[in-house]
Amino acid sequence: MCATCGCGETEPVIHPHDHAPDHAHPHQHDHAHDTRRISLEQDILAKNAGFAASNRRLFVEQGVLALNLVSSPGSGKTALLSRTVQILRDEFPVAVIGGDQQTANDAERIIAAGAPAVQINTGKGCHLDAHGIGHALERLALPKGGVLFIENVGNLVCPADFDLGEAAKVVILSVTEGEDKPLKYPNMFAAAKLMLLNKTDLLPHVEFDVDRCLDYARRVNRELDILQLSARTGEGMEPWLEWLRRGRHDALIQQINQLEADLAAARSRLIHGGGAIRRTVI
Amino acid sequence: MHEFSLCEGIIDAITAQTCQQGFSRVRRVWLEIGALANVELDALRFAFEVVREDTIAASAELDIITLPGRAWCLNCAQTIAVGELYDPCPLCGGYQWRLTGGNEMRIKELEVE
Ligand SMILES: Nc1nc2c(ncn2[C@@H]2O[C@H](COP(=O)(O)OP(=O)(O)OP(=O)(O)O)[C@@H](O)[C@H]2O)c(=O)[nH]1
Ligand SMILES: [Mg+2]
Ligand SMILES: [Zn+2]
Ligand SMILES: [Zn+2]
Repeated sequence: MCATCGCGETEPVIHPHDHAPDHAHPHQHDHAHDTRRISLEQDILAKNAGFAASNRRLFVEQGVLALNLVSSPGSGKTALLSRTVQILRDEFPVAVIGGDQQTANDAERIIAAGAPAVQINTGKGCHLDAHGIGHALERLALPKGGVLFIENVGNLVCPADFDLGEAAKVVILSVTEGEDKPLKYPNMFAAAKLMLLNKTDLLPHVEFDVDRCLDYARRVNRELDILQLSARTGEGMEPWLEWLRRGRHDALIQQINQLEADLAAARSRLIHGGGAIRRTVI
Repeated sequence: MHEFSLCEGIIDAITAQTCQQGFSRVRRVWLEIGALANVELDALRFAFEVVREDTIAASAELDIITLPGRAWCLNCAQTIAVGELYDPCPLCGGYQWRLTGGNEMRIKELEVE
């Protein structure tokens, strides 16, 4: 049984109705052979959405910019994150959750680069889900006022559907993968806020039409931000770091707005909820 | 193959209804899946047959209703049909449109006894 999310028993966070564990079924057998229809109209991903919403609340509360990094295997997510955390850890807290089917290699690379990291091994699972992130956060201190990077399983299909509670999905595409990836995996590019074109140091050696790739990506997602960089040479890192600093700034503003709203609500309860009266009685 | 996770979500949602609705068997499940949703229907059907085993829906039939891709074109200021996320507007040839339907993944209805 799990204290955070209640898994292992009934799930109080997202369960649509409360019932005692020893609930009776008075009508079950009377109607056992009557066929009837029940209208559900429920999103298949409703359960994940519930966990994602509570992760997101936590991120806002703590002023954390959470990013979900998605790509095909080997596009350079861990290489990019290693370089990124090496620079940013001197500016604000950073931490990494890595998802892979097997091994803790990526987390070890991040720790070697100087940031706290935990690995989620998904086994046969081809994507991270919001529930798994909630549990990973039991093993990793949130980088309060900083950035939490979530490196998803290398897969351009499945992670697109699973909201982890992140502020944005960042899709990474490397120039060795072919420029038509945005058309082949449109759901992922449509779900992303930022696309990073990585391994630009290899452009002289591969046949890759950058303009065509960017055009394809924008067809699928008109609002997509696109940056080009090389995690190997560090070329193009600065605009990415700036994008992160701006995102972190926005997360702090969101945290302040939330705190101010909470404070205003508490003050209003004191005035309108009889708080003053109770105080005179005591 | 996140279709397995999707089917686990479907079975969980159905199971959650048994207490409230008092039924002992699910005969049929209707899903509404958008034509542009990130799901492979054959994989979904296959996964459902595996995941439904030993559940209240062990013999349930799966009925998938496909919902069409629809969008609002900003240029044309009207609703258009789209087949893919990278399709141009059939009227103006532009890409300035926003999806308004075709992304759904819903459990619509159950037939139970
Ligand atoms: N030339 C070049 N190689 C790179 C660059 N970024 C990463 N690589 C190499 O690409 C390979 C894969 O990099 P990773 O960082 O492990 O990629 P990943 O996306 O984390 O891989 P998975 O976690 O397995 O999906 C490694 O050999 C890296 O050294 C780059 O900008 N240029
Ligand atoms: Mg990696
Ligand atoms: Zn749990
Ligand atoms: Zn148009």
